[in-house]
Amino acid sequence: MASVTYKNVFKKFGDLMIIKDLNIQVEDKEFLVLVGPSGCGKTTALRLLAGLEEITDGQIIIGDRVVNDVAPKDRDIAMVFQSYALYPHLSVYDNMAFGLKLRKTPKEEIKRRVGDAAEILGITDLLQRKPRQLSGGQRQRVAVGRAIVREPKVFLFDEPLSNLDAKLRVQMRAEISKLHQRLQTTFIYVTHDQTEAMTMASRIAVINKGKLLQLDTPQNLYDYPNNLFVAGFIGSPAMNFFPAKLVKEGDKMLVDTGDFKVAIPDKHAAPYKSMDGKSVVFGIRPENIHDPEFAPQNILAEKITSKVDVTELMGNETLLYLVSGKNSYVGRVDPRSKLRVSDSAAMIFDMDKFHIFDAETENAIR
Amino acid sequence: MSNNPLSRFFGWFFHRSRGDSPFKTLMIHATLIVACIIAVYPVLRVVTISLRPNDTLLTTDLRIIPENATLDNYKEVLFGDPEKNRQSDFFLWIWNSISVVAVTSVISVILAAISAYAFSRFRFPGREAGLVFLLTTQMIPAGMLLLPLFIMIAKLKMINTSLGLIIAYAVTSVPLTIWTLKGYYDTIPVDLEEAALIDGASRVTVFTKIILPLSTPALAIAFLFSFMGGWSEYLVARVVLQKNEIFTWPLGIFTFAQQFTVSWGQFAAASVLIAIPVMALFLYSSKWLISGLTLGSVKG
Ligand SMILES: Nc1ncnc2c1ncn2[C@@H]1O[C@H](COP(=O)(O)OP(=O)(O)OP(=O)(O)O)[C@@H](O)[C@H]1O
Ligand SMILES: [Mg+2]
Repeated sequence: MASVTYKNVFKKFGDLMIIKDLNIQVEDKEFLVLVGPSGCGKTTALRLLAGLEEITDGQIIIGDRVVNDVAPKDRDIAMVFQSYALYPHLSVYDNMAFGLKLRKTPKEEIKRRVGDAAEILGITDLLQRKPRQLSGGQRQRVAVGRAIVREPKVFLFDEPLSNLDAKLRVQMRAEISKLHQRLQTTFIYVTHDQTEAMTMASRIAVINKGKLLQLDTPQNLYDYPNNLFVAGFIGSPAMNFFPAKLVKEGDKMLVDTGDFKVAIPDKHAAPYKSMDGKSVVFGIRPENIHDPEFAPQNILAEKITSKVDVTELMGNETLLYLVSGKNSYVGRVDPRSKLRVSDSAAMIFDMDKFHIFDAETENAIR
Repeated sequence: MSNNPLSRFFGWFFHRSRGDSPFKTLMIHATLIVACIIAVYPVLRVVTISLRPNDTLLTTDLRIIPENATLDNYKEVLFGDPEKNRQSDFFLWIWNSISVVAVTSVISVILAAISAYAFSRFRFPGREAGLVFLLTTQMIPAGMLLLPLFIMIAKLKMINTSLGLIIAYAVTSVPLTIWTLKGYYDTIPVDLEEAALIDGASRVTVFTKIILPLSTPALAIAFLFSFMGGWSEYLVARVVLQKNEIFTWPLGIFTFAQQFTVSWGQFAAASVLIAIPVMALFLYSSKWLISGLTLGSVKG
């Protein structure tokens, strides 16, 4: 149990700066998820913490100890690899006992801890098998088991679920969350899957191109993305973006996309008052776009005439791919919607839930 | 298909894999049969010669087991000739060979296992150059190395000692062994080592507890190649050893070829006797050899 701090961490591979000035403070017992697109440096960040790579500049602190020069084995961490990295020549039991044996833990103690972990993970029957005799899901459990028997201060996971099929992934997601509650230890979890991040994390760090873009709770990240990248990355289907200009008409501020204009409601208008003529990106999430027939009452509605291009019926909701002029966007509407391909409708935008980003800096304006 | 054994045999013999044309199948089999004859015929001739009662090397007789076949040659090789009051050194030579070659193989596998690990996992100045250099040593024919080897061993005052021969053999077998093992280590995922490092292992522990156990097939192969390489070696042994008591068998059997008479029968009998343990070793290890020659990656 310990906090983890990245303090102005840089990492260079050759001449390429892969991690740029990373600052993260992970609280004790927190479940922090590092999320970002492929190649953004998530694994590298985790490996720096594990001590498998040397940092180029900055400090990494576990608990109250700077671990820059501490060997991996002395950092009191455990890591679950994407490939699981089970020792092929050892049985499941010996895989899990490996670290404890090296630390000269008494035999009885090893037996107890491995037994307990196997119990938690439901792999008691597999203890005598070799890794190659296990399914992907079972290997994954063994890899987790090998980490928890060590009772480390910090658990690191590098995309542990990416090799599993969709159903098993959902199940393991829940199990890892449960494990976190049970162990009451700091978890740091890397994934490129925003759903995994949203469902498991107590806080999420969004990374792109080696930079931390935003670090917040899943809900805050979803509701208040700081910039265009985070807004587009978190949420599925992704937020709709419309390149636009802010224009002043009378005492109203409008967003003009060229195809349509929407008025910014007075109660949200303050930050934009002085921005007449500014190039921005207007963003709105699919679930804040409604079929006129089923739009909720009492919302600040704007009507956008659009044509249905594609429909996806999901049963509990319907996704409409809509076109308005040169803009296309997605609406996530009531499943009772009768709109079909080529129908036109005045779609309702809920103007309580919009986002505006500076077109140049890509930062949110609010 | 009828069930008579002959047609079944032909069915098996001309079994066409992957839908090859009959002509192609025929050509493949013809080639293989010719190759087998070329490989096996000399061996059979040696067996024949070893069974002949007198030292006739050349006859027009093509039978494998000659007329009036006898095991006298074998007896004489193994137990000497009490009538001529000659003792047999055969077992001594075999023992010398085994000890020299086994010690050589152990030394070279140990040295190579460690250095191959460095070549496989660490990036250090001179790594590439070192690897290429090791390879080039294999391109120089043994004959060319004879004189320098002799001089070096003489300087070490090890002429006429088994140790001298062991060193000479080890230096020639280590480079290839390093390459073999490095190739194998390269297929072992680094993840495994990193997992072990985090689990609490030091580099040395990783090597002994993860890498070596996973490499047993490759180590066995390396040992075997090194053993085979030394087992029938003649030239270097000829240069280093001059005393009968420490002769390895390739030197030993040439004592049958004396100045005026050559005991071809005994020579052949000794060759056959020597081939038997090697063949046994080969058959026993063929499982390893095959799995080792197609050494694949280690899946977790
Ligand atoms: N050992 C290395 N040497 C050179 N470049 C490296 C090395 N390891 C990683 N990189 C580079 O660093 C960048 C980040 O890699 P990293 O593995 O951290 O990405 P990631 O965010 O984990 O991506 P993914 O989701 O695909 O696993 C990549 O561009 C990669 O090519
Ligand atoms: Mg990665």
